[in-house]
Amino acid sequence: MNPSLEKQAVQSGGTTKQKGILARAFAIREFSLLIIIIGCAILLSFLTPHFLTVPNLTTTAIGLAADGIIAVGMTVALVLGGFDLSVGSVMALSGVIAGSLYLGGVNIWIAAGIALVVGMICGLINGYFIGRVGLNPFITTLGMMSIARGASYVLTKGSPLSLAGISKGFKFIGGGQIFGFPMMVLIYLLIVVIMDFVLRRSVVMRQVFYVGSNEKAAALSGINVSKVKTGVFFLTGTLAAISGILTLSRFTVATPNAGMSAEMRAIAACVIGGASLSGGEGTILGSVLGVILLALVNNALILLNVSVYWQDLITGMILISAVLVDFLSHRSRFLRD
Amino acid sequence: MEKKVLLSIRNITKVFPGVKAIDQVSLDVKKGEVHALVGENGAGKSTLVNIISGVLKPDGGELIFDDQPYAPANPREAQARGIGLVHQETALCPHLSVAENVFLGRMPYKAGGLVDFKKAWLDTKKLLQNFSTDLNPKVKVENLSVANQQLVEIVKALSQDCRLLILDEPTSSLTDAETENLFRIIGELKERGISVLYISHRLKEVFRICERITILRDGVLVKTLNTSETNEEEIICQMVGRNIDHLYPAKKGGNGEEILRVENLSGQCFRDISFSLKKGEILGFAGLVGAGRSEVARAICGIDPLETGQIYLNGQKVRFNSYYDAIRARVAYLTEDRKNEGLFLKMSVVANLVVTSLREVTHHHLVQQEKEQSLAARYVEKLQIKTADLFQKMINLSGGNQQKVVVGKWLAIDPVVLFMDEPTRGIDVGAKTELHYLMRELCDRGIGIVLISSELPEIIGMCDRVIVMNEGCKAGELGGEEITEQNIMRLAATQSDQSA
Repeated sequence: MNPSLEKQAVQSGGTTKQKGILARAFAIREFSLLIIIIGCAILLSFLTPHFLTVPNLTTTAIGLAADGIIAVGMTVALVLGGFDLSVGSVMALSGVIAGSLYLGGVNIWIAAGIALVVGMICGLINGYFIGRVGLNPFITTLGMMSIARGASYVLTKGSPLSLAGISKGFKFIGGGQIFGFPMMVLIYLLIVVIMDFVLRRSVVMRQVFYVGSNEKAAALSGINVSKVKTGVFFLTGTLAAISGILTLSRFTVATPNAGMSAEMRAIAACVIGGASLSGGEGTILGSVLGVILLALVNNALILLNVSVYWQDLITGMILISAVLVDFLSHRSRFLRD
Repeated sequence: MEKKVLLSIRNITKVFPGVKAIDQVSLDVKKGEVHALVGENGAGKSTLVNIISGVLKPDGGELIFDDQPYAPANPREAQARGIGLVHQETALCPHLSVAENVFLGRMPYKAGGLVDFKKAWLDTKKLLQNFSTDLNPKVKVENLSVANQQLVEIVKALSQDCRLLILDEPTSSLTDAETENLFRIIGELKERGISVLYISHRLKEVFRICERITILRDGVLVKTLNTSETNEEEIICQMVGRNIDHLYPAKKGGNGEEILRVENLSGQCFRDISFSLKKGEILGFAGLVGAGRSEVARAICGIDPLETGQIYLNGQKVRFNSYYDAIRARVAYLTEDRKNEGLFLKMSVVANLVVTSLREVTHHHLVQQEKEQSLAARYVEKLQIKTADLFQKMINLSGGNQQKVVVGKWLAIDPVVLFMDEPTRGIDVGAKTELHYLMRELCDRGIGIVLISSELPEIIGMCDRVIVMNEGCKAGELGGEEITEQNIMRLAATQSDQSA
């Protein structure tokens, strides 16, 4: 959310622009999304008695956490004016590496640590080519997407690795609960709270906004653009690896198919949440709400006995509608410019 | 004999959310007439032009073109009726060749539907010859200078059967020689009975080539005057609605101690440049577009690579490997390309002002909102930036105020040397004068300013000393009374065989 909105309202008070609180709230993307989500939830709870139950809500929440963590990184990449297509594959690779190291006799915590480092390295490689060399982020991360996915298949020979007898402690981070709250969701929320604060307030992230808004002007204002870019792809890679390790802990199975098209779901969620592909815009809260909305739709299809094959189709329609609403509500302004 | 009216604008009104951009404007453009449209930025010139050229639809009033009602639905329809528009900022496809741009959407075809490149090249060459330029029609537009890109736009507009040509600030990036060329062509068009609607901030030009002048202020038509019955002063008064006494502040720099000295600087587009800059001095860089003026400034600041040469700042030898180093030494370069290189248009006034001094508004790696807002408020106040509030997005500010923000972000680093590249390009008279006075005020506080400008009156009016560049070399240095239009042009335009 825009931290300055309240103050702006105060400062411009007294001018002719005074609108009702409601109209102003609806001008904020996140608020409208929240209303839509609540509306969907109310509708669903009337349609099926299975929706508003603890098991259903818990499962849905855990299910969206993995995508959600990836979407947090994607938000930052979108603010930068780029995106990271390799996150789904890096997520799978980190799980697979931790899994195979464990099966090779390495302590699972050390294995997970190494997997995390691998994810970071993938991010750094992306960052190096995009930030230092100056390659296009689409091509670079598309390549990394293929490399990481390929490496996962090579390591597992294509079949999932089952991690039987894994320590309870490791299982806890992905599958455990604290006071009835699933750990994975708590970790997700922790990442969200930290990253939301960091994105709004930290100098580093402010530089990401500058680069995303106008790369040339950022460079000509003394910002080290290549460092900023490298840092962002390091972040997306790291968050993807965290998501992969948590998923491994949750299912105790390392599958090379994990995180399939997670990058697309993450981009969709962020854009629904108000991020722009042209950079300079995006909030963590928006990405959270986007992820929730998509998970809710998925959940509805399952509960209402609609074939899961409808999921992609409906996700696409929501995505285009969100962008369309955005375009129509801003068109008059664009025309004027 | 009274000339026939070609385009009649009757009570045109256009309302944008919150503002009446133009209000009940009526004027006639006669056949074969060069008609000037002047006014400050935000006076409604662009809106009016956009309505005539079919980009915008008016909310009231009507247009009559050649005795027929005229209401273009889109720019293509306007073109078909014979209205050609050359935008202030070039709207060409950078990756295509000159010929492809000139014939965009109407490339000639051979039998079988193949593009007839040969014909396109020849035709373009013919059109270009009118401008006595040896521009190659096969060259990609992105490789051309801004001046030549604008030329291509003009050629493109003329290549279509055009009866009213609208030129929006056509000379803002042309050199004097190129401007002369354009005027010659405008004269020829007039002979052929083509009308020209000429929009410019440069009143000298307006008085030279236009028969009548229409002044807009705040969306309202103030007056239409015959050029022969008025003078520059009257026009300026009408434009800004008040008197401007002195266009340029008094010169007084040049006696301070030396702050910057460069010796034998060579880089990609320039060779063997030496000069010194004193505290409180405005040093001009004059020369034709492409003479290497911006390149020298960028290389000194570490933005572009430097091949050889020494730089001394306050007597200390320095070498900036990156622009960041230069900024830390409080040496700044204010870009000539405000929109693409100077501003974050989607971001707020605050964000744009603090970008260079994030360090100062930061505590524990976090941006302190109170600090950044008070810093921004200080510069908004000091530079008298007109904005609804600090959180306004840059895109909503007028050109002059945008430029003030760019100046402000460099003042925020408390510079000792400031390179200003075309700082007043495309901004209105009022804001221009304010900026000029501000520059002098900065000098009084001990800053050394290097002013790069293609506008000779600005160079002559502002600079204590002038270095003239010619094809990448220093052609000469002028001071005091020597700074005249003739002296500068003599140095800037002579062939390089004499410069050795």
